[in-house]
Amino acid sequence: MRAHAITTAAALCAGLVAALVAGTAAAAPEVGKPAPAFTGTDTTGKTWNLADLRGTPVILEWTNHDCPYVVKHYESGNMQALQKEATEAGYTWLSVISSAPGKQGHVSAGQADALTESRGAAPTAVLLDPEGNIGKAYGARTTPHMYVIDADGTLVYMGGIDDKPTTDIADVEGAENYVRLAMAALAAGESVAKAVTRPYGCSVKY
Amino acid sequence: MALPAARRPMAALTGAQALVAPRGLVLLALLLAVFVTTALRAAPMTQVQPAIDAAVFDGPAASAPVITDNVRARLLAEQSRVQPGASVDLALVLDIRPHWHTYWRNPGDSGEPPRIDWQLPEGVTAGPIRWPLPAPIPVGPLVNYGYSGRAVHLVSLQVPADWPADAPIPVTAEAHWLVCEEACIPEQGRFSLTLSTDPAAADAPPGAVRTLFAEARARLPQAGVVQAVLTRGDDALGLRVPAAALPGGVSDAYFFPDAWGLVNHAAEQRWSLDADHLTLTLAPGDAAASVAATGLLTVTAAEGTVGLRLDATGAAGAPTPAGAAAASAGAADLGLPLALGFALIGGLVLNLMPCVFPVLAIKALGLAGQGGAGFGHRALHGLAYTAGVLAFFLALGLLLLGLRAGGAAVGWGFQLQSPLFVALMAYLFVVLGMSLAGALTLGTGLMGIGQGGAAQAGHLGAFVTGALAALVAAPCTAPFMGAALGYAMTVPWPAALAIVLALGLGMALPFLLLAVSPGLARRLPRPGPWMETLKQTLAFPMFATAAWLLWVLAVQTGPGGLATALTGALVLAFGLWVQEQMRFQRSPWPRVGAAAAGAGLGAALWLGVGLSGDQVAAPPTAGRAAPAGAEAAAGLPAEPYSPGRLAAALADGRPVFVNMTAAWCITCLVNERVALSRAAVARAFAERDVLYLKGDWTNRDPAITDYLAGFGRNGVPIYVFYPPGGAPRVLPQVLTEAIVLDHLGTG
Repeated sequence: MRAHAITTAAALCAGLVAALVAGTAAAAPEVGKPAPAFTGTDTTGKTWNLADLRGTPVILEWTNHDCPYVVKHYESGNMQALQKEATEAGYTWLSVISSAPGKQGHVSAGQADALTESRGAAPTAVLLDPEGNIGKAYGARTTPHMYVIDADGTLVYMGGIDDKPTTDIADVEGAENYVRLAMAALAAGESVAKAVTRPYGCSVKY
Repeated sequence: MALPAARRPMAALTGAQALVAPRGLVLLALLLAVFVTTALRAAPMTQVQPAIDAAVFDGPAASAPVITDNVRARLLAEQSRVQPGASVDLALVLDIRPHWHTYWRNPGDSGEPPRIDWQLPEGVTAGPIRWPLPAPIPVGPLVNYGYSGRAVHLVSLQVPADWPADAPIPVTAEAHWLVCEEACIPEQGRFSLTLSTDPAAADAPPGAVRTLFAEARARLPQAGVVQAVLTRGDDALGLRVPAAALPGGVSDAYFFPDAWGLVNHAAEQRWSLDADHLTLTLAPGDAAASVAATGLLTVTAAEGTVGLRLDATGAAGAPTPAGAAAASAGAADLGLPLALGFALIGGLVLNLMPCVFPVLAIKALGLAGQGGAGFGHRALHGLAYTAGVLAFFLALGLLLLGLRAGGAAVGWGFQLQSPLFVALMAYLFVVLGMSLAGALTLGTGLMGIGQGGAAQAGHLGAFVTGALAALVAAPCTAPFMGAALGYAMTVPWPAALAIVLALGLGMALPFLLLAVSPGLARRLPRPGPWMETLKQTLAFPMFATAAWLLWVLAVQTGPGGLATALTGALVLAFGLWVQEQMRFQRSPWPRVGAAAAGAGLGAALWLGVGLSGDQVAAPPTAGRAAPAGAEAAAGLPAEPYSPGRLAAALADGRPVFVNMTAAWCITCLVNERVALSRAAVARAFAERDVLYLKGDWTNRDPAITDYLAGFGRNGVPIYVFYPPGGAPRVLPQVLTEAIVLDHLGTG
């Protein structure tokens, strides 16, 4: 019994050490570390630089209006509600479109604005990233793929929008919205409990 | 077992894998890609296999096809007729538009696996989807896991035994799937078919249906789980799979994790193969530290592609070297010191084991008898004891390694599988008990155990005691050190020996310290009449041990063997008693006594040897299904373990609980008593229809030894729960009711 407990404890320690070691060496964006820097252009031609946003929290949303998973969250009004909630709470919400020219979801500035208009979306701005630079810097894999950055520029959440990886609109209700949880934790000055989750959706069309 | 029946899909899989797993194999990959591309052009899918909506599949047990923009789908039953109480396999078949794909249960970087909502009559239940082997599907810089061409999802449908005869069974399934090229389309279909239960009804499914099911089964992962080891390194994960589990002539390998977050799906996977292991180098995913290391390994070999379920979550993963890759790179081996440390601690704990403590107690008694002896003398004594322990562990380690090299199916504690050995141990403990009780005096020449006599004999006695303590300790190490020893038996022999010796050193350490430390030794009580009382008291643990060994023997050989062994013990005891009586008589009586003792010993040995012949092998095998002792302790209805039974149950999607036990394994029996025989556990098993398979390793059984090896273990007990469709979970070696329920419940 004791030997078993000791073995288990030692195994856990070894695992933790390995995890820490692994953590320091990885190059991908990491929760608890400064969010990767980026510079991007929005639909009005304005340049956004993450460094300039220091002092306000930021949410990044990868999107592709033709992706059924994105459609689920816009048709249901879920994404728009979340955008309003965040911007009212002082967040800068940047929707990022990383679809390459000719690929699904690629839009011109005018089309992007029209989409925002028609869907009643409320992001602070929509960044056009047809070369996929921002997307690759963040390792964005799916649409939607969500990132929450605190006012100090630290990445505090990355992953799915919620815990129901389906295209079914009925699944929006009752889902655990990870972005909302992250915002609540930041507001309360706590650390985000589920800081990394599985992003789900269509692949980003780089 | 999963030999490919369909050549073309296999070739496609090979090509896809080769594309994402190049490792100096670029040329081969290119050749394969060219071959596959050519093959696809020359023979479009529709010409090779009929589309699922073709009439060749029509029959009473086929749903109407559902044809969407990208998929032709159908639900088929393997037989149109099913008996109440039996199960039948259904297949949701998706014929996917060329260049499009659907997903495996872990879809990879994006996507979603198909799901099926069943609408079934009360009592009829559908099992989980048995997923065919996926292929990695690159999508831009990302990688998905899924299927192109045809995806067949097998599901087992269980009909209750009380289903009214002749009443047909309507089956309706609402299936949802996501199908993608680059863009993704969620699609769905509703499928209905009716199964007959009429025994008179004809049941000849169309040949195309039979072929389809046979091919689908050939594309399932193999039954059983291969125990692998995952090392989480700086920026790479090392996954090490025993080469023994793999088919010969491996030309490609690819690992599909069960869940998101373990590995970076899109990263290249490198693999290497040496005599002992296949090692994959993987890039860690976003949650590599916290996600369970289980998944599916596909291996392309001479006879096609096979899938192996891997579990790298086991405790064996703790004392792990930094993977074969690190070892071959000459990097510092982090695992070995750790394993040595565990072995040392394990050895220390062995002193508290009931099968060691009596011997140790005698030895402490002997030490107390030397309370007045000098430091040098005591140190020598302690060192002699340590040498005895180490000598035994060394011998056993060498023996085990030798047998391992010879391929014999052995494991730690195996010596207790030999009835002869058990009988001899029982004799030994009877004699020791008699000696302690004062019925006879063992000559120091025979064994100086417990005697604080002359210095020379004392040292020899210490050496023998050490070896004896280690001898009886060996079976105790199995429950506590199974993982570390399993590890020891899989590493190169110097490391294995070092671990075995560390175990011995840990065991000898307390006594050595006691002997060499004057401070500790001074605290030992003075010799006195209490020693005799204590000595006599200690006879009873000896007799208890003998009784336990005889019980093990009874389980192994039945009442006949027990009677033989008891007769042997009686003859031996009588011979020794005669010798004791004659000891102080005038010549030639002592010689007569010695002859009587010798005759008694000889007779006992002869009887014991009689136990080990073929007479022994037969009865236990026949009576194996219900070993009296082991079975009585458990309230759960168990079936004897066989690999075939396990595979069949898993193929049916039925949850399985495997318990590997042995009559001589006390931990096993305690677990059965305090956890497995509880009413709540029995209820949970019944509610979930868990098949309880029990393997009895009291005697040697290669099938069980193989099973243990599959989990990196070398001894019993092992408890494994196979949730339906999920990766098997290895339970701790010390069970409680809560632990068992917890593992069942989360399934």
